[in-house]
Amino acid sequence: MNINTTKIISLLFFIFSAFYLYTAYQIQVFAFDENAPFNARTFPIYLGYAGLFFSGLKLILPDPDTIKVEHRNLAYKKTLLLIIVSIIYGATILKAGYFLTTSLFLLSSYYFLGERRWFLMFFLSFPFVAAFMYFIHGILEIYLRDPFLQSIGVMG
Amino acid sequence: MIEGILIGLKTALTFQNIFMVMIGCFFGTVIGMLPGLGPMTAIALMIPITYGFDPATGLILMAGVYYGAVFGGSTSSILLNAPGIPGTVATAFDGYPMAQQGKAGKALAIAAWSSFAGGTLSAIYLLFMAPSLSKVSLSFRSPDYFALMILGLTAIAAFSSKGQFLKAMMMVVLGLMLASVGQDSLSDITRFTFNNMNLTDGISFVLIVMATFAMSEALSIILKRNDPTATAKQVSLTELGSIKINKEERGKMYKTIPRSSIIGFLIGVLPGAGATIASFLAYGMERNLVKDEEKEKFGKGSVNGLSAPETANNAACSGSFVPMLTLGIPGSGTTAVMLGALLGFGIQPGPRLYMTNPEIFWSVIMSMYVGMVILLILNLPLIPYIARILAVPKNYLIPLILFFSMTGIYVMSFNNFDIYLMIGIAVVATFLRLYDFPMPPLILAFILGGLMEENLRRSLLLSNGSWEFLWDRTLTVCILATTILIVVWHVYKTLIKNKS
Repeated sequence: MNINTTKIISLLFFIFSAFYLYTAYQIQVFAFDENAPFNARTFPIYLGYAGLFFSGLKLILPDPDTIKVEHRNLAYKKTLLLIIVSIIYGATILKAGYFLTTSLFLLSSYYFLGERRWFLMFFLSFPFVAAFMYFIHGILEIYLRDPFLQSIGVMG
Repeated sequence: MIEGILIGLKTALTFQNIFMVMIGCFFGTVIGMLPGLGPMTAIALMIPITYGFDPATGLILMAGVYYGAVFGGSTSSILLNAPGIPGTVATAFDGYPMAQQGKAGKALAIAAWSSFAGGTLSAIYLLFMAPSLSKVSLSFRSPDYFALMILGLTAIAAFSSKGQFLKAMMMVVLGLMLASVGQDSLSDITRFTFNNMNLTDGISFVLIVMATFAMSEALSIILKRNDPTATAKQVSLTELGSIKINKEERGKMYKTIPRSSIIGFLIGVLPGAGATIASFLAYGMERNLVKDEEKEKFGKGSVNGLSAPETANNAACSGSFVPMLTLGIPGSGTTAVMLGALLGFGIQPGPRLYMTNPEIFWSVIMSMYVGMVILLILNLPLIPYIARILAVPKNYLIPLILFFSMTGIYVMSFNNFDIYLMIGIAVVATFLRLYDFPMPPLILAFILGGLMEENLRRSLLLSNGSWEFLWDRTLTVCILATTILIVVWHVYKTLIKNKS
């Protein structure tokens, strides 16, 4: 059997399905539902077996169309930086508020992707987010909590 | 039906809805043009905004984005030989050679008129077919629905997997597994939440769509350094040429458009098929039907070769609305996203939709005509200007896509757990995409998961736990037989391919 990344993904999916199936069997159902033709764990159990079946087939059957990915050509560093910036965005948005966090997220993303035109970067972050926030909050009336803007008295 | 058409016109022709169609068409055209970003990404980005409107307006906006994106995809196919969406790959076969001959303007005009005609004709087919199909589908029972969902999931896996059927089926199962997270709809028992309160209500469908399409698309573009604007320098306003179509070319289009619109519409109706298959089939059919002299021109800038796929891919868009509006089963990944959005509005698409919410049912159909006219107005005179959008550098495009994705999630839940979950799913989806694991089957399965469990529950309870319900009714048997045929056909095709 030729081991390639697709097979490894299939193996991981097989393990995941086994774990899912185990968890499905652990779902607590009401006593009167235990022997019912259908209860909360029935469908997940079928899904667990289906996952094992399809990933098992993918593992066993030959894979003539092996996908070859040239890892050298992949920009892992930039992608990772964007993911980290996104995580930081998630971690700070509730405390710092939508406006400041989103503007800084955009500014840093432009920077990490190699942009250095500061005026354009600034214009497409702070004023852009302010305009978008006005559209969401002011026109569509979707409430956006923003402790930062509240602290400086811009938002009520 | 006349009453329905009038209701639809009344709703579709309000100032707000015409404006929404315009916004949707424009936004869709822009996104569709950018290689790598398709209608699903465009619609996913629009969902949070649609929740600010009533359901009819929201759906009209999304429908506008949909056919706008398919329409826009042809521009990058013709000008850059870089299709914005898979459905416009066949457009590039003759559109790009035509542009290379200095007839880019003419190619864009042929594409615009063909799309307009294809979309308009298929909207007429939809108008007549949808109500009758709705009446037929009223006879559907739970076992039929369960079988129909199995058929839809199998078909989308077979058609969207590029020969990787098992990978697609794994994505189907993953989608169903993700849908099972949260409270069970009947007993309220929590499943797979691992005592995390944030998962009690399940995973939001918008989160899944944003993560697997918008965000993972953006990460994939960065990861692959696949700059969608790298070749934008080729676009020049002075090189587009005239947009006038002469009499001989019009004559060719008159023959191509009707037959391509029919094939496009019928393919679009099939669950899981869609614009890509429709455009390739129409291209192939047209090549077989034209005279030998014209056949020689295919691939070198043939008018028929450009008109056929453009007509078919737009006709398929309208066709894919048929199963969604009448059966509640989406015909494509894009309509699956729309179905999810409708469920978010608290509306259940299906056979009763045109009775319970006639304004939604008819206004979507009627807005298609408005949309087609707007698209024509947009594409013909404005295309040289819209084409400049192809020059937006990825340094700005990618952060903006991430921004819209995360904002979309944040405004729905005001919860940073959802942002983390979205990032996690997007990272996994990006990795899976690298190895050609298709995402549309996952989305369709995620959306159908709850309905599928519900129908299986009813069927099993009615048959007292026996699986006999699968062969008790003729309709169920027919649907399951079609499913088996698709699987057998796919296995046979793979075996033939492996042998050769």
